[in-house]
Amino acid sequence: MLVVNGLVKRFGGFTAVNNVSFKVDKGEILGLIGPNGSGKSTIFNMLSGTFPPSAGSISFEGRELAGLAPHRIINAGVGRTFQIPRPFKRLTIFENVALAGYYGQGSHSAAKAQEAAERALAMVGLPTDRAAPVDGLGAAGLKKLELAKALATSPKLLLADESLGGLDESEMDQAADMLRKIRDELGITIIWVEHIMGVLMRVVDRVMVLDHGEKISEGLPSQVSNDPRVIEVYLGTDAHSTQAAAAAAEARR
Amino acid sequence: MGSFLEIFDIYLLEAVLNGILLGGVLALLALGLNLIFGVIDVTWICYAELVMIGMYGMYYLVQYYGLSYYVAAPIAILLVAALGALLHFLVIAPLLSSPPINQLLATGGVLFVLQSFATVAFGIDFRNLGIRLPILTLGDMHLSYSRLLAFGAALIGMVVVYLFMTRTFTGTAIRAIAQDRQIMALMGVDAKKIYVVTSALGGALAGLAACLLVLQYDVHPFVGLSFGPITFLICVLGGLGNFVGGFVAAFLFAEIISLGGLFSDLEWGYVLAFAFFILMMFIRPAGLLARRS
Repeated sequence: MLVVNGLVKRFGGFTAVNNVSFKVDKGEILGLIGPNGSGKSTIFNMLSGTFPPSAGSISFEGRELAGLAPHRIINAGVGRTFQIPRPFKRLTIFENVALAGYYGQGSHSAAKAQEAAERALAMVGLPTDRAAPVDGLGAAGLKKLELAKALATSPKLLLADESLGGLDESEMDQAADMLRKIRDELGITIIWVEHIMGVLMRVVDRVMVLDHGEKISEGLPSQVSNDPRVIEVYLGTDAHSTQAAAAAAEARR
Repeated sequence: MGSFLEIFDIYLLEAVLNGILLGGVLALLALGLNLIFGVIDVTWICYAELVMIGMYGMYYLVQYYGLSYYVAAPIAILLVAALGALLHFLVIAPLLSSPPINQLLATGGVLFVLQSFATVAFGIDFRNLGIRLPILTLGDMHLSYSRLLAFGAALIGMVVVYLFMTRTFTGTAIRAIAQDRQIMALMGVDAKKIYVVTSALGGALAGLAACLLVLQYDVHPFVGLSFGPITFLICVLGGLGNFVGGFVAAFLFAEIISLGGLFSDLEWGYVLAFAFFILMMFIRPAGLLARRS
């Protein structure tokens, strides 16, 4: 469904993403993990068109997305949520989601937009009441709103950016289950960027690990969590940490 | 002595009513300017010059082509709306990510271009439609029909804009893009299109104001100077981009001008209004309705 080949992003002399290639199959949930600054968000920004890649191609259902304007990528069927929720605070919850439905589906039909908004809000468990303000939502509610906005654009591929930051453990589990439900019920393919490895590993089909802009590991969750390079990246390389890593790897067996 | 007070009160009431009538048109102008600033984050220094072009449009449509006022008005509104979109396309769009000072200088340049264009194309004569609407006499008070019409049409125009902004998706997108322009693109909105629609809407409001002002004032290339500065003061006093603040400030200014003019000349009304503005800038620098932080 999505084939990314030789993706590179340079900011001046700094290479944020270096020659990353991967593909995502239809109906799959791919986890994308890595320490801070490893290039996860940069890859998302290139996939969603916030900025163009310096080199490489992004082929979505046979169509080249690299360098397209963000609204064209959304209309092609790639939705996105943000690490930090960015709702329009002076619009109602329903208006926020319906707006995404109106423009995101590319149809510009008011009826379709309202229908999509109602479906998306029901899916994530927010009130479909037209007058409910954004103000009353807590951290978990705002994350749900982000998700509902992305769903209202009727994506085929959803880019979920660190959806669990700022949530407590039970909310995290709920959100993880939600992503799985979205895949199972709506058939939406998902790439999920996340810091918190535990919850992610439970839900995803495959994991890709980035470090310093390069792909260092890819595979099934069980394989990746035993990969020595991944353990090294996550636990450090000095003597003490290597011991800890060995211990961790031991414990896993 | 008693009769003197009676006359004075009538004049006072007349001045208050005239102030309200003037406020309607000023509020319309302020709304157009606020819309552009709130959504695109650019100040059209040449806003009043768009009104001037619209007034010339009305003059030629009515006097030269012999159209009736009510046929000419929609054409003039569309003309200025197209001019607004063109202004965005040619001048603002290439400068969107430039420093604000460059945008100000560019739209300031357009002001001189339009004034000079009008001087060359239309001459410096004062022109009017040759339409004299009757004066309404209410007891001892005299109110002009042209002002009543202007007030009514300005109110209707503002209501239409309000409904457009709250009832349509395009309007909702315009309100939303003023809050966060980056995120809109990621919801599938083509910001460029929204900007052009907003610019056309701002132009249309200038066009409507032109149709109303041309009934009361003669048009000449520098007519924009008589209400351009006051519109900016209103927008700043109301808080740039704050629609409600601009509405309130418009009526406040109109009353000061009208009542100030009652006690001596109309010019003194403007002096009082500007003095009031300077004072308010010390007391409430962020605008009339700004929240204290």
